[in-house]
Amino acid sequence: MHDSSTAVQGEAHGAAHNPALLHHFATEEQQRDSANLGMWIFLATEVMFFGGLFCAYLIYRGWYFGDFAAASKSIDAALGGANTAVLICSSLTVVLAIWAAQTSRRALLIGMLILTMLFGLTFLGIKGKEYKDKFDEHHVPGASFSFDHEPIPGHPDQYANPKHAQIFFALYFIMTGLHALHMIVGLGLFAWLLWMAWKGRFTPEYHTPLEIGGLYWHFVDIVWIYLFPLLYLIDRHP
Amino acid sequence: MSDHSKSSPLPTYFSVWIALLAGTLITYEVAKIDLGVFNAAVALIIATTKALLVALFFMHLKGASEKLLKLVVISTVFFLFILLALSMADYGTRLWS
Amino acid sequence: MSMSMATATVQPAGQTIERENYLNKHYGVGSWLFTTDHKRIALLYLLSITFFFFIGGFFALLIRLELLTPAGDLVQADTYNKLFTMHGQVMVFFFLIPSIPAVLGNFLVPMMIGAKDLAFPRINLLSWYLYIIGGAMMLHCMLTGGVDTGWTFYVPFSTAFSNTKVIEAGLAIFVAGFSSILTGLNFIVTIHRMRAPGMTWSRLPLFIWAHYATSIIQILGTPVIAITLVLVVAERALHLGIFDPKLGGDPLLFQHLFWFYSHPAVYIMILPSMGVVTEIIACFSRKRIFGYGFVAISSISIAVFGFLVWAHHMFVAGISVYAALVFSILSYAVAVPSAVKVFNWTATLYKGSIRYDAPMLYAFGFLGLFTIGGLTGLFLACLGIDMHVHDTYFVIAHFHYIMVGGALMGYLGGMHFWWPKISGKLYPEGWARLAALIVFIGFNLTFFPQFILGYLGMPRRYYQYPPEFQVLNVLSTAGATVLGIGYLLPMIYFLWSMRYGKPAPDNPWNAAGLEWKTPSPPTTFNFEEEPVVTWEAYNYEELDAPHKEEVPVAR
Repeated sequence: MHDSSTAVQGEAHGAAHNPALLHHFATEEQQRDSANLGMWIFLATEVMFFGGLFCAYLIYRGWYFGDFAAASKSIDAALGGANTAVLICSSLTVVLAIWAAQTSRRALLIGMLILTMLFGLTFLGIKGKEYKDKFDEHHVPGASFSFDHEPIPGHPDQYANPKHAQIFFALYFIMTGLHALHMIVGLGLFAWLLWMAWKGRFTPEYHTPLEIGGLYWHFVDIVWIYLFPLLYLIDRHP
Repeated sequence: MSDHSKSSPLPTYFSVWIALLAGTLITYEVAKIDLGVFNAAVALIIATTKALLVALFFMHLKGASEKLLKLVVISTVFFLFILLALSMADYGTRLWS
Repeated sequence: MSMSMATATVQPAGQTIERENYLNKHYGVGSWLFTTDHKRIALLYLLSITFFFFIGGFFALLIRLELLTPAGDLVQADTYNKLFTMHGQVMVFFFLIPSIPAVLGNFLVPMMIGAKDLAFPRINLLSWYLYIIGGAMMLHCMLTGGVDTGWTFYVPFSTAFSNTKVIEAGLAIFVAGFSSILTGLNFIVTIHRMRAPGMTWSRLPLFIWAHYATSIIQILGTPVIAITLVLVVAERALHLGIFDPKLGGDPLLFQHLFWFYSHPAVYIMILPSMGVVTEIIACFSRKRIFGYGFVAISSISIAVFGFLVWAHHMFVAGISVYAALVFSILSYAVAVPSAVKVFNWTATLYKGSIRYDAPMLYAFGFLGLFTIGGLTGLFLACLGIDMHVHDTYFVIAHFHYIMVGGALMGYLGGMHFWWPKISGKLYPEGWARLAALIVFIGFNLTFFPQFILGYLGMPRRYYQYPPEFQVLNVLSTAGATVLGIGYLLPMIYFLWSMRYGKPAPDNPWNAAGLEWKTPSPPTTFNFEEEPVVTWEAYNYEELDAPHKEEVPVAR
């Protein structure tokens, strides 16, 4: 129920309402709260979407811990860590962008949006390098996959089972690939937000698209926060 | 969303940012120490702390005027937990008899 | 934008100008394909799901024709596999799951809460387009070879051995799934944010509570089958090993992920129907629903508990017996909220002024058939029984009692109940009662023999069977024919009524609910002024008070 305690006329077209107010909403607050709730619910669906992959990962990690550890060791934890830092910084620039909109700092807003996108592109670049490395090492699942004679961490006399390692890499590529896809969508979203900011569409009273775009971006960050230790750091002790 | 707090949120944002980076570094370094089965637990605890920081402060869950958004988050996490836990009820007990 | 309604004015020659409503406000295909009016979108869905109902029904017809004789003589075995697969996929994903929410829900949710539209009208239209795209992909798949894995897509057959169009079918359902997710998202935000002043949670019609619970399931469950289908497609295309035992994968992992959605999906299919039945029973008993709070909470409970029971589809698949025990107990628990509803509906009927109009006939049918379906679910929850009847016709009878005897009858009841509001016309009551009777008889003739067949051991998904099962199969096919006639009748007379039916008054049933305070059919924005609600739901005592002006329509 929206907040007015008095009956609101069916037509909410007061003297000077924000042109962004859609007319099936009674107030701007109702519209903003709806958009916010809508994005949070969408993020809930995304959690469950990735959740299925985490479930598969959890089960196979339990079954094939040694093989997974060997496979995990072969991906670059420093790059993964760097990417984590990149995304964390991008989340900061997002909240700073919103603060800039709230305080009418147009230049800062645009700067932070651009910076966010640069961080996103950096993330994708590092990811691309990682993928290329895996391709070169024949760790991409499929016909040319090979993972022979890789010792299991902590058990130097045992070799990892390539079939089980392939499952790790399948999950690695699907999970990080899906994440990267979401990142690309996020970049597209922020390009649009940047265009709107450039056009001066955001004010301290109205910057809802920034807020909900920010929510999406932070979610993509949170997924990576979990992917990093689970994929890269299974068994890193020497 | 209601008005943000009157005082500047910037110190909070930067503190959270530093905490997140520190958490990442700690995760990376602790992974090199052999804690046996606790390696995974520590990594996930740190990850969850980071996720909570992002959700509460960057996504403004902490200042949300109504409990609904927190309910959405808690419900979602609960059902994800159900998926993982009840699946493990099968996988974890298959070898029991 | 002005909301002036052209009231019916009398021209000198005695002709009236039709009042402006959502149907005649704009004309042309474009005004329909680019509409954001929730009522028009509901009708777009109505046409689409009816189309897919015919397709699913066509496959059912072929199945039942094949099963007239013990020998496999109508189609080949591989073809039969495709028939039951596509019957299931079309009926589940393209008919039952959208049906009530996308048609009745879309139409009524904003009106019942006093809103002008859903929270996100354009996303509503997008969800229809996603449904159409998924449907087109599914049609194309069916026309170019079809799929034979069973609607359940079990691995490793679907990923490694089937040579039918698994990927296309999987992607079609993936796309349609997002239609479902967006509908659920829209409903939840709408119900939270768009209620009219005075419309507190405890004044909401139980139809709304039911759709709220359904939307929770759509939001949390559908993404899991989405990712599962992605994995199946990836596995099939790239031979990754995630589900392949030869490569270390576990086929049961697929089943866990698949059923994590597909069990709650059955609650997506039944909950809205329960909401419809609640509205109908209250109206045609002229009583407030007994135990409003219990019914509301039971809807939410079904949504929550429904997520805890999925592995009861896997009792004989190889899960650990300890897990089976846990899921069996939880499956008994999930029946409790459904039973609560049945008790409350029955208590509502007690000492009510019962009217036997067509919607009420469907509601009565629902009550009996859903109860049978639900009770047989408890038989299946029992591990000892399930060992014997799993994958037999007992299971098929169980879920058809709920899906067809329950959900579909609720849908038909709801279509009759709200038809005057949707179309502005009255359907012919005599024909409607006849059709309801035919559906009820046809349904029981079709599916009751299947309980017996399953108990006697006839497996499902078989196109040949031992000769001693023939009589029951023939009865079932005969029933299916009768059922088909029962379904065709409403389609015919609903269409007929749009042209020749009597114009409907605003509230032909003198029913409670904000939707009945609008004209029939409503204007595009539903309410002239935003309603302010000061009364409780189901205020039938007030409505039936002697000095009330509104007179029930004469037949």
